[in-house]
Amino acid sequence: MDQILFNIGLLIEYPMVNLKIVIDGVMIGALFALAAYGLALVWGVMNVKNLAQGDFVIAGGYTSWFLVKTGWLQSIGISSNIVALIGVPVAFGVMAAIGWVIYKLIITRVIERDLFTSLLATFGLAIMMAQIMNLLFGSDTQSLKLDYETLYFADGLIDVPIAKLIGVCMAAGLALAVILFMKNSRMGQAIRATSQDSRAARVMGIDTEKVYAFTFSLNAAICGAAGAIIVMVWLIQPFYGITYSVRAFVVVTAAGLGNLPGVIAAGLGIGAAEQYGGHIFGIGYQQAIAVTLLLIVLFFRLLQQRRKRQALN
Amino acid sequence: MTKNTLLYAVLVAATVAAPFLFPSYTAFLATLWLFIIVALTWDMTGGQMGYNSLGNIFFYGTGMYTGAVIAIGLYFPVGEWTDASRSEVFSVTASQYYTGMIIGIPGAGLFCGLCAFIIGPLFFGLRGPYFAIGTLGLAIAAGEIVSNIEWLGGGQGISMPHSPLHPDFEKVLIYFLYAGLGVVLFGFLRWFYSTRFGAAINAIRDDEEKAEAMGIHTLRYKTITWAISAVFVGMAGAISAFQLIHFEPLETAYQTINLGIFMVVCVLLGGKGTLWGPVIGAVLFHVFKEVTWNYILGGQWVALGLLIVIIVVFFQDGLMGYLKHVRPGWFGIKVDTKGATS
Amino acid sequence: MSAIIDVSGVSKSFGGVKANTDISMTVEEGGITGLIGPNGSGKTTLFNSIVGYHPVDGGSIRFEGQEISKMLVPEIARLGLLRTFQQTRIYGEMNCVENMLISLPHRKLSIWDAFRRNTSEDRERAEHLLDFVGLFEKRWLQASSLSFGQQKLLEFAMALMNEPTVLLLDEPTAGINPTLINGLIDRLRRANTEFSITLFIIEHNMRVIMNMADTIYCLAHGQMLASGKPEEIQDDQRVIDAYLGAH
Ligand SMILES: Nc1ncnc2c1ncn2[C@@H]1O[C@H](COP(=O)(O)OP(=O)(O)OP(=O)(O)O)[C@@H](O)[C@H]1O
Ligand SMILES: [Mg+2]
Repeated sequence: MDQILFNIGLLIEYPMVNLKIVIDGVMIGALFALAAYGLALVWGVMNVKNLAQGDFVIAGGYTSWFLVKTGWLQSIGISSNIVALIGVPVAFGVMAAIGWVIYKLIITRVIERDLFTSLLATFGLAIMMAQIMNLLFGSDTQSLKLDYETLYFADGLIDVPIAKLIGVCMAAGLALAVILFMKNSRMGQAIRATSQDSRAARVMGIDTEKVYAFTFSLNAAICGAAGAIIVMVWLIQPFYGITYSVRAFVVVTAAGLGNLPGVIAAGLGIGAAEQYGGHIFGIGYQQAIAVTLLLIVLFFRLLQQRRKRQALN
Repeated sequence: MTKNTLLYAVLVAATVAAPFLFPSYTAFLATLWLFIIVALTWDMTGGQMGYNSLGNIFFYGTGMYTGAVIAIGLYFPVGEWTDASRSEVFSVTASQYYTGMIIGIPGAGLFCGLCAFIIGPLFFGLRGPYFAIGTLGLAIAAGEIVSNIEWLGGGQGISMPHSPLHPDFEKVLIYFLYAGLGVVLFGFLRWFYSTRFGAAINAIRDDEEKAEAMGIHTLRYKTITWAISAVFVGMAGAISAFQLIHFEPLETAYQTINLGIFMVVCVLLGGKGTLWGPVIGAVLFHVFKEVTWNYILGGQWVALGLLIVIIVVFFQDGLMGYLKHVRPGWFGIKVDTKGATS
Repeated sequence: MSAIIDVSGVSKSFGGVKANTDISMTVEEGGITGLIGPNGSGKTTLFNSIVGYHPVDGGSIRFEGQEISKMLVPEIARLGLLRTFQQTRIYGEMNCVENMLISLPHRKLSIWDAFRRNTSEDRERAEHLLDFVGLFEKRWLQASSLSFGQQKLLEFAMALMNEPTVLLLDEPTAGINPTLINGLIDRLRRANTEFSITLFIIEHNMRVIMNMADTIYCLAHGQMLASGKPEEIQDDQRVIDAYLGAH
């Protein structure tokens, strides 16, 4: 208790600490927003709530980590810093392929079924993926310690590693690319049409099965790229997936489906809220805070719904 | 004597005789009963009421901690007991041990029931996937929070008082605690599902909006059902605490992906929304798991994930659902053969 | 007679669609009140507002003097204000008798009564009411295997089982074989007199509603167009225009 009060006091005494926390939170929050965007995409288009979302993120992280650790590219004279950046598109591609396979094997069979079916099937998938990664890479936490510089502001109170900045820029770039793709490409239009009314889309001659497969694969790819960015500066571990899934659900529940600005805002907000929680309660509570935020958001939405004489479903 | 009573008499006799006939399987059978209990309680809300929880393990973990805190706290300061750096050795007498057990197990059940009663009104506004994810969040959050509470032993967990019994007898005692709880639960549910209350929760499952529109106290019934299931899971958790001697928060107490998901798999395997389905599913799953686990060492968790996916995708109605489909007459379902006319 | 339901100034819009605009009306206790209007004129919306399916944009709704426009569906239903659905809602997996037994008036049961089994009187009542609506022969059939018309009858019987004070019926004769309609009118009347249930009925079949109701309200384009005794409504030029020139 004393510790908590002390930590809160710190925030008031040194306002700059707040700024540092917000900056940190917003940077990781950008990646939450990416995973949440993918979740909302799949949810909206095929009404599948993917509990393996976080495991896609972690799998993407390990893809990039593996690429750096094997040293193939370094052996032809590319520095590790650059390989880590190459890891992002590689993770994007690898996860797109894995996502497609998963769609064909599992997801396509649960689309038309009730909601708990898809939830449970993807939960099984999440367990499976986490355990496979555990077998392949071991249960230690991993991070690529890249030797980029760190920028300092405000007498060193605020530190921004350049790697983080690069990561955030890549996340923003990826988000922008996906948005443009959804707006302008034929496939993007087909996806949007399907999410509005799949039966009508089918009548219009859209191959919805192909749209579903593509959407799911795109979602896995986005998550994979997000994971590859995360491993550049933050930690990954085979069993961290579920917390990323939970965060994605928090963001989507808070923002609602098909509300892109909302998803971004909620993602950044959740990131900041977690950093504040971590600062106040101590780093040991980080996972607990992520999950508690889920409950808070759920009950807040519930209260809203009650005013509309509705339940949250 | 009717055929049914005879069947039940034989089953109860087998339950009582089992640990003496197959002493080397006592632990196996005890765990089997644990599976039956959690599967039956999960089915109360998941199968009979249509609220698929992914977080019923919350009550198991909470039951464990409550049982432990009561058993220890009756005679010793809990904070000192759980202090990892303590030098003092607490010695527990036989009568203290048994008193702790006798008060701790029902106490854990009551506390969990109370928890469900309090959080029920919050959670039952959530429907479908939100309920599943919300309860999952509850279980994960509880594990994470408890592992930060030093008074409860933090991430190290709690060591239980030592049993005064010889380990072989202790095993038999634990077996009978589980089996007794399981038999009581089964008997209770057999009666419970035949009451108006049971019919009401079935109505909630089939069409909650209609049930609301007919003035059924949906929230009250849902909360009470969850609370009853929590009482039994909590007691099972407390028994597990005594059985395990030492437990810790994330891997044993709030073991979300372990027992937390096993219970769902058992129910799906046997058949949701039936009395016997969860029992049969628990037996099938437990036997399957014990037989195959050692052969796929290292990969067993991957296999578990795969098994969940396969059951969910291909065999979701379970054994009872399959029987209902091929032999509707056994379940008293009549279909108009002359065709419907108005 | 006094007003048991009192709607005053209720509006409800969905996005841009004004489904109900400033509706005021009353349902007299013990009577049969009718609600007519062309398709899409907002009748079902008004029902939904009364029983709490959505929030209203403005106005007040009172039941037995109590304001209910902010209450939730189950709370309102437990006051004894019940409705049937235009697209019937029954428990498809259960048979007819089970459907009836589940419709026991739970608001009158204490928690201890709920922990009892259904009594033989309950069963008799269920079978009696199934007989009353003409479904006795089908009582052991799974409800989902009934035809639409039979499901309507079952839902009506379930509502009676619930012993409501007021029953809101959304097109009770839709899908019913024309030769059976006279019988149904008779049963609705008997429900009103013998079981003393106040009825409030949406109906498209003019012959039926003119025959039964004491008072009729007519909606058009979400607004209250006319109200009065059946004869008055029948001769009201505005009502005739609304129907003939609908849309
Ligand atoms: N949930 C809703 N969301 C959006 N619009 C709705 C909703 N419910 C009704 N409406 C609209 O409100 C208007 C009135 O509909 P309502 O169902 O009340 O008509 P009605 O008089 O019952 O018609 P009918 O005789 O065909 O049953 C219609 O234009 C309809 O499209
Ligand atoms: Mg209507």
